[in-house]
Amino acid sequence: MTAVTDHATRQETAASTSSVPPAIELRGISKAFGPVQANKNISITVQRGTIHGIVGENGAGKSTLMSILYGFYKADAGEVFINGKRTDIPDSLAAIRAGIGMVFQHFKLVENFTVLENVILGAEDSALLGPSRRRARGVLKQLASDFELEVDPDALIEELSVGHQQRVEILKALYREADILILDEPTGVLTPSEADHLFRILRGLKEQGKTIILITHKLREIMDVTDAVSVMRRGEMVATRETAKTSPTELAELMVGRKVLLRVEKTKAQSGDEVLRVEDLRLVDAQGVERLRKIGFSLRAGEILGIAGVAGNGQSELLEVLAGLREAEGRVWLRGNPLPLSGPECNGQARRAMRIAHVPEDRHRRGLVLPFHAWENTALGYHNDPRYNPSPWRMDGAAMVADTAAKMERFDVRPPNPQLPAEGFSGGNQQKIVLAREIEYGPDLLLVGQPTRGVDIGAIEFIHQRLIELRDAGAAILLVSVELDEILSLSDRILVMFDGRIMGERMADATDAKELGLLMAGMTET
Amino acid sequence: MNGKPIPKWADVTLVPLVSVVLAFIISAILIWAIGESPWAAVKMMVDGAFGSSYGWGYTLYYATNFMFTGLAVAVAFQARLFNIGGEGQAALGGLGVALVVLYLPWPHWTLALLGASVGAALFGALWALIPGYLQAKRGSHIVITTIMFNFIAASFLNYMLVNHLRPQGSQDPSSPRFPDATSLPKLHEILGLFGIPFSKVPPVNISLLIAVALCFAVWWMLWRTRLGYQIRAFGESEPAAQYAGISPARITIIVMLISGGLAGMMALNNVMGEQERLVLNAVEGAGFIGIAVALMGRNHPFGVFLAAILFGFLYQGGAELALWTGIPRELIVVIQALVILFTGALDNMVRIPIAKLFSLRRAG
Repeated sequence: MTAVTDHATRQETAASTSSVPPAIELRGISKAFGPVQANKNISITVQRGTIHGIVGENGAGKSTLMSILYGFYKADAGEVFINGKRTDIPDSLAAIRAGIGMVFQHFKLVENFTVLENVILGAEDSALLGPSRRRARGVLKQLASDFELEVDPDALIEELSVGHQQRVEILKALYREADILILDEPTGVLTPSEADHLFRILRGLKEQGKTIILITHKLREIMDVTDAVSVMRRGEMVATRETAKTSPTELAELMVGRKVLLRVEKTKAQSGDEVLRVEDLRLVDAQGVERLRKIGFSLRAGEILGIAGVAGNGQSELLEVLAGLREAEGRVWLRGNPLPLSGPECNGQARRAMRIAHVPEDRHRRGLVLPFHAWENTALGYHNDPRYNPSPWRMDGAAMVADTAAKMERFDVRPPNPQLPAEGFSGGNQQKIVLAREIEYGPDLLLVGQPTRGVDIGAIEFIHQRLIELRDAGAAILLVSVELDEILSLSDRILVMFDGRIMGERMADATDAKELGLLMAGMTET
Repeated sequence: MNGKPIPKWADVTLVPLVSVVLAFIISAILIWAIGESPWAAVKMMVDGAFGSSYGWGYTLYYATNFMFTGLAVAVAFQARLFNIGGEGQAALGGLGVALVVLYLPWPHWTLALLGASVGAALFGALWALIPGYLQAKRGSHIVITTIMFNFIAASFLNYMLVNHLRPQGSQDPSSPRFPDATSLPKLHEILGLFGIPFSKVPPVNISLLIAVALCFAVWWMLWRTRLGYQIRAFGESEPAAQYAGISPARITIIVMLISGGLAGMMALNNVMGEQERLVLNAVEGAGFIGIAVALMGRNHPFGVFLAAILFGFLYQGGAELALWTGIPRELIVVIQALVILFTGALDNMVRIPIAKLFSLRRAG
């Protein structure tokens, strides 16, 4: 008997009974980590054969809740019902047995195994792999034709695009006969067209009677694809709505607990002199792969230039080269002065001396020293500032603390405690600490990477306003983001990067997500 | 969601304390198993190390050595560099002291101490510079190179003693005795100035005060100066340090110079203070004990100070034990090893249950 026929029979029985029990019912789930209450008395019902969205800010408790459902955490209190039957899920094996499959944000695939090997890993039928492999090949073929889930079963994972790797994760779950599929932020790494394909797959699965839980913070996706949506805030389930009867504005307000602006309010850019000029920028990495291919553009004062693109197409490298963290070939001028791209003068200190500030893409790795106090982080990169160094033998800790406290107040960092280590702040507040440090030195050029990644909606609004203010004060801003909405709403001008090249340039008010999406996928201009 | 599981005070006091107690309990079982009385052994050790000014003198003499080498390891580790070469750097520091003291005329011990400090620090630092440079510019792993340099140092010292420093006609591979004018004041002389009586036998000398001052100086350097800020930032996150424009190569080299200099200065205590001549294998493993001292002291200068005294106690108390009881010398090494094992390697075995207890208390 194959997995597919088994599914078919189950679906028939599901369809024939009129009063179907809900696929998942959670009652009164609570979970605390030390003093932090991650989930507070959460109850949720997910109907069979629907796509159910769960939205909420970072740290709202979505992932904790799903980890409980998948057996990674044990709830302190509460009950789980699967298909109307009370079920204990002590580990992920039990979750799989109960028909639950999970697609994680960071894929759990063996890179140098083939698709087929990854699918059967942990679900082998016998010590010899031959029979499982043959069976899996048949099942994959069937699933591919049923759900548009085409992947070459003999391809190595490392050769596949991110979108295809995600399909493998879904196939793994379906191969294990999952009836309930949980996807955690599935579109974060996808191009718009890949995301659309994913949603077609999810709709197909729904029609076959599968139940899908979609965790995301993108309201557009919720509106597009879900049947119902639950909103979480600070560990509590604040509302469940039918998607057809709600709006993005209402959901955003429920998530944050107050009114939010979804569009950034800004005036037309008053662009001035050219600040940055880049010509023939080329970067070859240690593996000999060309990461930047003849990049050229210019950026004026009082202008935000957005760089759109799917992650990994050279945007990160571009930022690091301009920030002096990587050596490259080419010609770059800042206000007419050549910028060294290699050698001892190519470093973060020299760039800061030229009034280039940098909000790095990865604030945990680069932007902050996580175990350092907030006040120590405020000096990171500016530790040579004479205000902090009254003598070569002593740094003025008190001055640094006072400076940090003032910055925290101006940037509404919570809690406003300079003595707290950076790792003790939420993502949004960490980002505000970095932003305060970089903006308040009054840079001519600000390089910003993923300013709102992992940042909650309330803080996103604040950060966007600060960037616009800096622009209006006459700074040039180079913005790299994988969030197309962010690029569209912040930028004055947009460049799209694909495979280390600039695919095209658009004015922000004369383009849309669809056009940019095509460029991001490498479709050349026609 | 990942809050600090243990309060800081418990991390720096409770965890090492419980570790040491566990090590002592297992040691007691071992002593009991070979038919000796653990209680008598503990009494003997404590009496031998702390019961008299004679015992204290030896305990502090050993502790001085361990402060120098412990600080050396701790400073390097703040930059996440694992300097295992304290042994070799201290040996070269001895050579520096011997050359300075023997070949320059010194009218008074204060000047000699100054000169010898420079010589010891310089030789130790230069010996650490080579692995530091190789790590910074060539990516040769510092753990491997510093270990190798211990062997090279031992051979080099052997060569220097046998072929250059040995007085003519002597069969002993050691330098001539240092001039009397360079003899460092012993602790009993210093305390005598204040009218405090102290045993004249133990070799503890003025370099103890230098070691204690260095503990403070290293703390100041790490937490109160820009250099220390850069070292710690580099140690906690190299990408963040690079982002801030802190040169990893520069910090690596500076830190290794400081670390090697500190290890080299141990020679003030054992070579200049005690032996008053340079002998083969003068370091006697203190460079390696420094690793354990730094581990136990959480790479903090004040922690190193306390851990050095604990290990001084283990050395002196252990020596007494071997001298006066039937407990073999090897078992004392086992006890020392257990302390190192528990405080260093098995740290999490103690930390995790303590963290659980704390979270239980908070929840309850």
